[in-house]
Amino acid sequence: MIRVVLPQHLRTLARVDGEVTLEVAGVVTQRSVLDALEARYPMLCGTMRDHVTQKRRPFIRFFACQEDLSHEAPDAPLPDAVVQGTEPFLVIGAIAGG
Amino acid sequence: MSGVRVLVGTRKGAFILTSDGKRENWDVSGPHFAGWEMYHVKGSPADPNRLYASQSSGWFGQIIQRSSDGGKTWETPGGEKMPRPGEFPSGQSNKFVYDTSAETGKPLTTHQWYDGTQHPWEFKRVWHLEPSLTDPDTVYAGVEDAALFRSTDGAQSWQELAGLRGHGTGPKWQPGAGGLGLHTILLDPTTPNRIYIAISSAGAFRTDDGGATWKPINQGLKSNYIPDPKAEVGHCVHHMALHPSHPDVLFMQKHWDVMRSDNAGDLWQEVSGNLPTDFGFVVDVHAHEPETIYVVPIKSDSEHFPLEGKLRVYRSRTGGNEWEPLTKGLPQSNCYVNVLRDAMAVDQLDSCGVYFGTTGGQVYVSPDAGDNWAPIVHDLPAVLSVEVQTLA
Repeated sequence: MIRVVLPQHLRTLARVDGEVTLEVAGVVTQRSVLDALEARYPMLCGTMRDHVTQKRRPFIRFFACQEDLSHEAPDAPLPDAVVQGTEPFLVIGAIAGG
Repeated sequence: MSGVRVLVGTRKGAFILTSDGKRENWDVSGPHFAGWEMYHVKGSPADPNRLYASQSSGWFGQIIQRSSDGGKTWETPGGEKMPRPGEFPSGQSNKFVYDTSAETGKPLTTHQWYDGTQHPWEFKRVWHLEPSLTDPDTVYAGVEDAALFRSTDGAQSWQELAGLRGHGTGPKWQPGAGGLGLHTILLDPTTPNRIYIAISSAGAFRTDDGGATWKPINQGLKSNYIPDPKAEVGHCVHHMALHPSHPDVLFMQKHWDVMRSDNAGDLWQEVSGNLPTDFGFVVDVHAHEPETIYVVPIKSDSEHFPLEGKLRVYRSRTGGNEWEPLTKGLPQSNCYVNVLRDAMAVDQLDSCGVYFGTTGGQVYVSPDAGDNWAPIVHDLPAVLSVEVQTLA
């Protein structure tokens, strides 16, 4: 099970509380996790990555295991701890404003 | 007794204000979609329980919400169904993709940027949602960067009416201070294929064939802030309004100047008359008197607040030129709010109600066509839009 933590606004939009857990088939990557997340919660399509280009939205960041994975390749494998479910994959709204 | 439902979009959520026909006591519901910018909320004239809302965020982008019970519950159209294994997610209600296909669109990819260079067209948000007059599942969306989209399936999917961007003047369009937004959509109730739209800063446009082809309708406008003050496009139109019984008569609040056209926008004339300043954002028309119009004068393009700290609505009963200030119940000292372009509306009750919202978070109502005003709410977030539904 992959654990995903969403920012508050996306939890509200998806109507979930707390962490989301997902089954991800094959290699666990940013792309496969986000694909699974959007398949479970279609209303999240377009909120983290562009509908067409699939690029990460500018103010969205991806963290895991105390590392910033935002600029990793979408198809790069995520850390084992995320794959094993001991650490969550964090979707973060970039800090901006006051 | 009949009543009203006021739909308020703010910087931090949407609010629904309801009252009976007296419009004295109000119920306030909200915030809906707390924390999100709600650019616009509007109900279908064909089904008052069908509402559409534009929900936006700099972080998470555009969301479209829909209600089928007058705002009690909401859904993201097409986004609720759990897809079967291998099925593509159905959440397409926030997918606004410019049409650049050779068949229906044109490969028009740039407009003018603030510095005069060409800039790629990039979708940012939906400024305005205009439901069809006859079909609850058909709705138009005016977006930034300026384009017009239409959905015929209750906002589940959107298609650009690409003839607008592609008609030829697009590379001359430039963003106003708030962006290159298509903010006004007027559907002609007597000529179904006629639609008027307005863009900051491009001007006004009209289609007579349901959106396939478009023409600029800016003759008579004069804007001293562009190189050619009488150019075909480039004018910063702030808002337009029409009365359903006289859909060829248009009223416009431009960046500066209040204008009217008596021939569907083919030619405009200035009707600012005795206004203390003709800068402003809103303009609207009395529900039962086609020549009674309202504006809220704002000091200038540099100082977006009322003159002398006095919040005054101005009413003309002559279709412009002769204006009277309406002040009863409005703050007449130390008031420095703004009233944004989509933040005024009128109801259809016998005694026409007029409503507007401010960037200070007040929503005011006049149940007697502007003679007397009272705040419905004082302390909402900055108001972006106000619409009203008259309920049977």
